[in-house]
Amino acid sequence: MDSEGRAIPKKFLSLVLLFLILILFAAAPRYVLPYHIISLTSIFMYITLTVSWAVFSGPTQYMSLASAAFFGIGIYISAILGKVLFLPVVIGLGGFISFLLALLVGLSSLRLKGMYFTIFTFGLSELIRHFVRWWEVNQTGTVGRWVVHVNPKVVYYVMLVIVLMTLAVSYMIKRSKFGLALRSIGQSEEAADHIGINVNAVKIVIFAISTFFMGAAGAIMATRWTYIDPSIAFNPLFSFMPVLMAIFGGIGNIYGQILGAAVLTFLADVLLTKFPYYYMLLYGIIMVIVVLFLPNGIIGLKEKILKLWTADRMRLYANT
Amino acid sequence: MRILEGEGVKKYFGGLAAVAYIDFYIDQGEIVGLIGPNGAGKTTLFNLISGSLVPTSGTIRFRGANVTGLKPHQICKRGIARTFQLVKLFGDMTVLENTLSASLFGMSRGINQSQAKKESLELLEFVSLSTMEKVLAKGLTIANQKRLEVARALATKPELLLLDEVMAGLTPTEVSKATELIRKIRDKGITIFMIEHVMKAIMDISDRIIVLHNGEKIAEGVPEEVAVNRKVIEVYLGT
Repeated sequence: MDSEGRAIPKKFLSLVLLFLILILFAAAPRYVLPYHIISLTSIFMYITLTVSWAVFSGPTQYMSLASAAFFGIGIYISAILGKVLFLPVVIGLGGFISFLLALLVGLSSLRLKGMYFTIFTFGLSELIRHFVRWWEVNQTGTVGRWVVHVNPKVVYYVMLVIVLMTLAVSYMIKRSKFGLALRSIGQSEEAADHIGINVNAVKIVIFAISTFFMGAAGAIMATRWTYIDPSIAFNPLFSFMPVLMAIFGGIGNIYGQILGAAVLTFLADVLLTKFPYYYMLLYGIIMVIVVLFLPNGIIGLKEKILKLWTADRMRLYANT
Repeated sequence: MRILEGEGVKKYFGGLAAVAYIDFYIDQGEIVGLIGPNGAGKTTLFNLISGSLVPTSGTIRFRGANVTGLKPHQICKRGIARTFQLVKLFGDMTVLENTLSASLFGMSRGINQSQAKKESLELLEFVSLSTMEKVLAKGLTIANQKRLEVARALATKPELLLLDEVMAGLTPTEVSKATELIRKIRDKGITIFMIEHVMKAIMDISDRIIVLHNGEKIAEGVPEEVAVNRKVIEVYLGT
């Protein structure tokens, strides 16, 4: 009885908190400098990439390095169709084409496991980049493309909606029986198959759903860069960053993923402006330290500190 | 009633006949033991029945329907569950989550999470693991891991359960507990086909025994018959 009595207000409190945070973000463009709006938009973008990457790769332990391909597809959809279609349609299409491409990738890479899957996805992403470059040079006779300009505030709000949708879908998948199925697949694919999980179908569909948001994010973010070419759109960093951010924050935990993406994006921003020459060096050192000393990410740090703190108190008691 | 029937089942790995040409059947409600020396083709036969492998030729029928060549998850949904010779649990998931996922995906359609949880808890009680529902599966002892694998197989609600050496590596006390558990499962109306090397246990518990050697069936019958069969003694004692 007691625990139930406490559980309801706690749930209510977290809902209120969530609502307040939402209002804060919704109202931000009115009170915050334009520069910070752009930073926040970047943070939303990386949270979207990280969380949607982790929806599939986290529980299944299939490390995909194809995020850049799906993100880039969104960017190119936006560059090609941005002038002729309404923005929401363009964003939806960016997501949808990514989804379709991911279905194909899934079907063709089904039998690959572990490292082979990772290398395949990375190769595929590079293949798409080079194919688009070849196509642009030989067929359309261009190198890059101009993208329609959209008001930064609009970009901010669209990105806010996309990140919220990503978080909601990630949460729902995790809570559903498919979340359990993904974890089962990550632990033992064979056993998962034998308890009635259609392993291939679950893998492909969830992978494809997760890439929808990468494509949608690409479609809206493209408008911020105004000029794009294949090496901007399909930059391999968009594949590596989500992995690093998830590991940095704590791969198995949605708060860890959010925190990792937010902190690293913010850090990159600060380092780039304060130490333009040492930016990558410092960034690298921080990554090495985290991977060496915090195998469970910064979310894992919480437990470490908690342990140290209780140990400290124990020692104090012992001394007195 | 025949619940499972195999006709001319054959499996070649390259030129090697792992299962040469086997006819077999299992009646509903039976406990059938499958024995034979190492490399006889016992696990291969289980893999053929459960869909891990596709037979080179021959047909396997379950409740009258041809199930040859179906995928493991399809076989599971028809009502055949299995355990593995080397335990294949979801190690980093809790004991409860292991049975829960089986319960949500096995035979039952449209089961909701709270029903599945209730069923899972009952099953853990049934295999005497109820105090460990929150423990990670990899933290269990071997005996308990084997019990959990049985519980997970049962959570898919099978009519036929394939047990691949559930008693291997257990102490004599644990073996007698496992024997008792297998009887309890049969009393629930589930047919059992089991591979076992612990001779005393398999002789005690089986209604019928099938003996494989080099991929061929060399004997079949009630335990008393099989135990005195000349071919079987030759194969086991190497005379």
